[in-house]
Amino acid sequence: MQYTFQFSQVTRYIPYLLGGGLVSLELAFLAFCGGMVLGLLGAIGKTFGGPVLRSLVRGYVVFFTNTPQLVQVYFLFFLLPDAGIILTPFMAMLIGMTINAGAYLTEIQRAGFLSVRPGELEAAETLGMSMLQQVRYVILPHVMRTLFAPLSNHYILMVLGTSMGAVFGVEELTGRAYSVNAETFRSIEIFSMVGLIYVTITVLASALLAVLGRVLFRVRMKVI
Amino acid sequence: MGHLLAQLPSFFTYYNALFLVSALASTFALTAIGCGVGLILGFVIAVLRRTQARAAAPLRLSLIVLVELFRRIPFLVTLLLVFYGAQVAGLNVSLFAIASTSVCLIATAYISEIVRAGLDSVHPNQWDSAAVSNFTLLQTLRLVVVPQAWLVMLPPAFAFFLLFLKDSALASQIGVVELTYAGKVLNNRGFSPVLSFGTILVLYFALSYPLMRLGQRMEVSLARPRHH
Repeated sequence: MQYTFQFSQVTRYIPYLLGGGLVSLELAFLAFCGGMVLGLLGAIGKTFGGPVLRSLVRGYVVFFTNTPQLVQVYFLFFLLPDAGIILTPFMAMLIGMTINAGAYLTEIQRAGFLSVRPGELEAAETLGMSMLQQVRYVILPHVMRTLFAPLSNHYILMVLGTSMGAVFGVEELTGRAYSVNAETFRSIEIFSMVGLIYVTITVLASALLAVLGRVLFRVRMKVI
Repeated sequence: MGHLLAQLPSFFTYYNALFLVSALASTFALTAIGCGVGLILGFVIAVLRRTQARAAAPLRLSLIVLVELFRRIPFLVTLLLVFYGAQVAGLNVSLFAIASTSVCLIATAYISEIVRAGLDSVHPNQWDSAAVSNFTLLQTLRLVVVPQAWLVMLPPAFAFFLLFLKDSALASQIGVVELTYAGKVLNNRGFSPVLSFGTILVLYFALSYPLMRLGQRMEVSLARPRHH
């Protein structure tokens, strides 16, 4: 092994890479929010909908959870221009991730719905609570306590999943690492540094989520 | 839509089908090797993390760091690190070996956490009574803990197998000829992207969906009441 590590050539790119980390977090956050909305609709459809709606939602979930996100985004990336829609790589990746996340979040949120027992809703009704009050004081605290941990886990997985954007030319952390690599050819140094940045931002995100869960919903979560 | 139909006869030829099937086998092999090795190493790591000897504390700490690192580095970055690492070390190994090593790394990290949860699910009294009966660690694991814990470990381990199956699509980025790569090749040969990537999506689904159903059935049949 005659390779000499030269981290000094790469250190000046750290701010640039960290900026990419912010793009990753932003992409994951936007896709997560979109996925939550899709997932909520899906979960409502699957829990309260008729047979047709239920099997439609089931088909959506089963298909998107059983195929790789990479190929889904490939499909979108090549399909949309055919239909005359030209998107930036960021938007294409965002749409792909949102649809993918929607499938997983449908399943997670449905589990939350099922955790509210009918007896509790009847009790709330007996107490004369309005629909809004029921949601605010009975359903939401209960659902969030069950769901907060799996939702945070999925968010962290999504932050890691944004690295796929590099394949499509999104300027997120891995994408920026690709360009730095093309300039300096210090591959090992760059990608090990990028790995450490991913570890750092996901640990920070986990810690933040753990604090948030503790304060808002009294959920106890481990960071590591 | 018309040009899609026109391409169909030249798309579904014998050699294309053969190419796709071998790519499918490659995707499956990549995941199966990774998970097989990951299961063994993950088990060893989980058991080592349960040891209590003070002398083993640095080992435990480094295992925790290792597991957390690979759980928090994206698979694509792990893959590139192994890829360039092998280059730097001067190893002349196949791309398939590099990709399966990367799957092994993340599978070990994730599965060791599943095994740890499984071992923790066995009541401490059982560990204690095995110790009182003068069982060695191996005997405790083989005769007392594993027969109870594997029921808890199997369903999530299966779910992760499916996760790695889908993650292995990223191996196409370093040029491993697996299913996603096959889709890119067909697309580059001039077939419509809808046709080439659509077929790939269907093939992934055909591989993953029966396995998912199998996992669900296993979960139901294993979810018997357990008594401590």
